Amino acid sequence: MTTTLLGVNGVWKSFDDHPVLRGIDLTVERHQAVVLIGASGSGKSTLLRCINGLETVDAGSIFLDGDVEVTSFDTDLDAVRRRVGMVFQSYNLFPHMTVLENIVLGPQKVLGRQRRESVEIARGLLTRFGLDGKASEYPDRLSGGQAQRVAIVRALAMEPELMLFDEITSALDPLLVGEVLDAVRELKTAGLTLVMATHEMTFARDVADRVCFLHDGIVLEQGPPEQVFGHPQQAQTQLFLSRLAR
Amino acid sequence: MSIVVPAPGAAVAYVDPARRARVRARARRDALRGMVSLLAFVVVISVVVSLTPGWPAVRETFFNGQEFIATFPGLLKAFWLNVRIFLIAEPLILVVGLLVALARTLKSPLFLPARVVATLYVDIFRGVPTILVIFLLGFGVPALRLQGMPKDAVFWGTAALVLSYGAYVAEVFRAGIDSVHPSQRMAARSLGLSLLQTNRYVVLPQAVRNVVPPLLNDFISLQKDTALVAVLGPIEVLRRAQIDASSTFNYTPYVGAALIFIALTIPMTRFADWTQSRSRSRRRAGGVS
Ligand SMILES: Nc1ncnc2c1ncn2[C@@H]1O[C@H](COP(=O)(O)OP(=O)(O)O)[C@@H](O)[C@H]1O
Ligand SMILES: [Mg+2]
Repeated sequence: MTTTLLGVNGVWKSFDDHPVLRGIDLTVERHQAVVLIGASGSGKSTLLRCINGLETVDAGSIFLDGDVEVTSFDTDLDAVRRRVGMVFQSYNLFPHMTVLENIVLGPQKVLGRQRRESVEIARGLLTRFGLDGKASEYPDRLSGGQAQRVAIVRALAMEPELMLFDEITSALDPLLVGEVLDAVRELKTAGLTLVMATHEMTFARDVADRVCFLHDGIVLEQGPPEQVFGHPQQAQTQLFLSRLAR
Repeated sequence: MSIVVPAPGAAVAYVDPARRARVRARARRDALRGMVSLLAFVVVISVVVSLTPGWPAVRETFFNGQEFIATFPGLLKAFWLNVRIFLIAEPLILVVGLLVALARTLKSPLFLPARVVATLYVDIFRGVPTILVIFLLGFGVPALRLQGMPKDAVFWGTAALVLSYGAYVAEVFRAGIDSVHPSQRMAARSLGLSLLQTNRYVVLPQAVRNVVPPLLNDFISLQKDTALVAVLGPIEVLRRAQIDASSTFNYTPYVGAALIFIALTIPMTRFADWTQSRSRSRRRAGGVS
């Protein structure tokens, strides 16, 4: 039996008078991987930022684990973000800290873990993601693929229940995309719940349990990847996929 | 000596020795040409200046060797006061500047008073000439004859420099805080760090690094502006030069004082330039962050 980890109900969000999200509904079950697709500017990043409270919504609600309302004015958002990891297109590693310091900052300062324990966990994760020997490097010495894997490890060190990936391979050299996607695959296998915006259709087909197409501020179409990619029902979805295929 | 060309693909940095010799020879020739041209320039200027009708008078009044030898040790001794003013003012300015810059970033309504005070402070002290602040504090406060208030001119002169420069440095720090990309805050917050922790561990360390070159430039001016305290009377280097010059009607002591300032500011300027070029190249190497 599956349980719902994330519930997005009728979320609206505009910037100034420009509506971006216009009543988004989305449910994510535990251990599922949900892929968000949609044209650039369709609001994928905005939706992901609303989910961990980096952005406030104008209407609607977002629930984590059925009982924590992210969108409530009384919720401790730091507590929510402890449970939700996020990785960005541009890595956003802290350039003044070594790889190791980047990773242990959260566990030490937010979770109050001992230094020794945090370092031990960080080293274990670095090994697991093929980053042995990078612990004392500064981010500017890493390739894009390494930097993005460090960013994943940094989020993972907080032991989140839900991971949000915002086009994490879009800034990468094509040769380096594979190693980052392998890391995501590994997280999926390990049973983490994932919501990811991506344009990597082959990968989405392979890993996603569900694909959601965002258009005009709503989830216009969703379903298993073979259905959405193979037999898209909506004209807009067909148009988007045909443009992407070119 | 036989020249061995490494096999293609060898893991060495190979440079053709003949090419290297040519490059070195050219560098030597360029250096020599530069020196010759500079020397010619100096000779021409010296000849022109010494042939100018007013030169002997100028030399006598500004570059008098005997005057220089007589007054320079006194100037150096007086300069020690400038150095002390600088050393006390500098750390205080950093503290004031950082606190004011931080106060201006506070968003909570509870801190509105702090924000208002900080903004007013910067607006006022950036607008008023430093020398005016020195007059106001140095002559004004002692005139109040308040119990327990220091009457020392050096104290008030230093306080005026701290207030005046604190406002500038606060703006430098604020620019540094603004220069940290918003995505850094976003990444920190998404790890669950609080606003305070985000500032302390992520934003401020980067902000401070970014403003080291402009801060050094401000300290170069501060070092010169310690001479402004002379208007209040303490015998620092400018006042000493003034006293010496007025007793002999010879201006060599002023030139001596100028030399002392230059001797200190030139290394500081070079150091500031160096940090600037270093941070620029580091940022270029950083690429995406
Ligand atoms: N902080 C913001 N301020 C103003 N407009 C924004 C902001 N963030 C996003 N937008 C706008 O919202 C729209 C959706 O952006 P985004 O969520 O980044 O889309 P996507 O990630 O799907 O490309 C775009 O038109 C963008 O310009
Ligand atoms: Mg985006």
